[in-house]
Amino acid sequence: MNQRIPVTELTSSFRERATCALDDSQLRTNFRTAMDSLMQKRADAFPDEDERESLRELGNRIKARALSQLPDLLEQLEENLTANGVKVHWAETTEEANEIVHSIIEARQGTQVVKGKSMVSEEMEMNDYLADRGIECLESDMGEYIVQLDHEKPSHIIMPAIHKNRRQVSKLFHDKLGVDETDDVNELIQIGRRTLRRKFMEADVGVSGVNFAIAETGTLLLVENEGNGRMSTTAPPVHVAVTGIEKVVQNLRDVVPLLSLLTRSALGQPITTYVNMISSPRKPDELDGPEEVHLVLLDNGRSGAFADAQLRQTLNCIRCGACINHCPVYVRVGGHTYGEVYPGPIGKIITPHMVGLHKVPDHPSASSLCGACGDVCPVKIPIPEMLQRLRQENVKKPSEGSKVKDGGAKYSAKEKLVWRLWQTLNTSSLFYRLFLWGATRFRKLTPGNVGPWTENHTAPVPAKRSLHDLARDHLSGHGRSNGPTKGGQ
Amino acid sequence: MSELFYDAAPNATRVAPPRPTERDYPDKPQEVILFGTCVVDLFFPEAGLDAIRLLEREGIRVQYPQAQSCCGQPAWTSGYADEARGVARAQLDILDAGIPVVVPSGSCAGMFRQHYRELFAEEPETLKRVESLEARTFELTEFLLKVCKVQWQDVGEPTRIALHTSCSARREMNTHLHARELLSTLSNVERINHDHESECCGFGGTFSVRMPEVSGAMVRDKTRSLMDTGADEMVTADGGCLLNINGSLDKQKQAFRGRHLASFLWERVSGEVKA
Repeated sequence: MNQRIPVTELTSSFRERATCALDDSQLRTNFRTAMDSLMQKRADAFPDEDERESLRELGNRIKARALSQLPDLLEQLEENLTANGVKVHWAETTEEANEIVHSIIEARQGTQVVKGKSMVSEEMEMNDYLADRGIECLESDMGEYIVQLDHEKPSHIIMPAIHKNRRQVSKLFHDKLGVDETDDVNELIQIGRRTLRRKFMEADVGVSGVNFAIAETGTLLLVENEGNGRMSTTAPPVHVAVTGIEKVVQNLRDVVPLLSLLTRSALGQPITTYVNMISSPRKPDELDGPEEVHLVLLDNGRSGAFADAQLRQTLNCIRCGACINHCPVYVRVGGHTYGEVYPGPIGKIITPHMVGLHKVPDHPSASSLCGACGDVCPVKIPIPEMLQRLRQENVKKPSEGSKVKDGGAKYSAKEKLVWRLWQTLNTSSLFYRLFLWGATRFRKLTPGNVGPWTENHTAPVPAKRSLHDLARDHLSGHGRSNGPTKGGQ
Repeated sequence: MSELFYDAAPNATRVAPPRPTERDYPDKPQEVILFGTCVVDLFFPEAGLDAIRLLEREGIRVQYPQAQSCCGQPAWTSGYADEARGVARAQLDILDAGIPVVVPSGSCAGMFRQHYRELFAEEPETLKRVESLEARTFELTEFLLKVCKVQWQDVGEPTRIALHTSCSARREMNTHLHARELLSTLSNVERINHDHESECCGFGGTFSVRMPEVSGAMVRDKTRSLMDTGADEMVTADGGCLLNINGSLDKQKQAFRGRHLASFLWERVSGEVKA
């Protein structure tokens, strides 16, 4: 396994990475093209606005209900999975989760792992962990396979290689696999498939994610479009599913609307090509399927978000990626700029709980709060509200304590003072009007360079007279008037 | 796999706009307060004055309390809730008169209607005053359209315009619907859609100075798609977006400009063309 080069280590801050991405016109074209198409597909998949809105509301309530009884549902899930013959493991940290997966592989003396797509395994950096211990992991999702081949990380949670266009993939296959370059997408898929097909048969262990874990029946539901998920979970003798604790739902009835929301929001599909429902290992009378099935339930900071009534809504997420597809920031800077596993709006609100605000201090600020994310979220996570709350936690004095890991990471006494002064200015009529008087009277003295603003704009020059002055004159009859003149205070 | 290689979908539309918020409108009042907003106060005061003129034209007396300042939004969106609360409390005191408050900026009106209740969630007594303010707050175009039910005669020359609406104002105050409907009543005004019309202009308050690289890319894309319409000008009812878009156009040395919707509307109905 080749050494991956984490983008995060190439440059240090969100802004620096954003600057690099913004300069890459190919990258920006790739994202704009792809996101425009995805937005259109989602819009087409919800032709009936009333149906869409009632379904979103239903999705929100199902998730809220599941989260309101999260500990109980997790226990019920464990009980029913265990009864079905699935071994359940609990991991508080990604380190623990990796150890669990490693020990399962070691018990089988395995050396080869084939993986279906799993963002939780990305959180764990499972490939690197296992590679360091002599175990080869091969990504079988085509997008994941492409980024793995190029030693990259996914740039999108649903479409890991969306930052590349077909020509770039063709070049990559040519360089790495020695095949002829081709612009034919189907041919590129066939090239990838031929390589992967052999690996499914050779692998000792298959790893996958989970879309919904159903407590009442002890079922793991997994959606996919390539068949690689089914291969990864059935061909190797052992299947290890890894997932976050928030994926549990109460029953199969709950899954129906959530599944519809997921596939339509993600790719505009009425349903995915494959819907896998895994409830047990191979039974004695069955001809195929894995001999062992394991589920690793990962916390990794999720219980921190769970503990706060407002931030808990973050855990509604069903990982459809619609917020990412509609984000005007993401479409310009791409997924790698975020420097972490989950990019875009969902990344900005969930990553702080996983890695702490010290590691992602700019995440809460990297948004204009335009709200497109919240408008399209299938389970109605109020993402702008979450970002706003994280901003508060981010600038708190660390000694005040915070509900978020590393709260106060952006605390600055100087900035706090600036806002205090702003408050004084805006609560004192005298100061405010004095300010207006000065700003309008000395408008010619407005500096041509007012920090970052003038990178993109000319300096804003105040008007000759403020509205306070104009309105006073107008309403007292000094200005030109075409209506009743009495009024004002 | 097929999802990996999408080809261009030109002029793709953005998010379907949120559904209009249901709201009951009162009869036309005799008197209103104009909350000018800090950006209009300092940078677009003529637009504030034009808003007053439009209201007076409908036979409404306008108060402009001299103690007003800012709605508190800049601190609120920057994470400084205490400071925002302090400023919000001062505005609550000023706007307590029980008559409608008209705001020539959708995002500031949205601050009153959607976020003051968050700021004062733990003060039941203040919340009652907030509820009163919420019920009395109207964005200017909303007020003209729904409360005054204006019937205008367009006396201006034929013109083609592009409309930009603030994202939060669209979501919180449905300004896109109100502005479109008002503009559609003007017989000599042709409104032209622009590419990615509902996409953010990149302002976002302090976002524009905290993330100038990303914000700059956004506003340059916005100005380009506005200019590509071939419209005579852009109009918007949000001071922040206007400051952002015009500042960027000026920096790019473009002749194209945006104008506050209040000034545009006043010109159309009064026939008074300003330099």
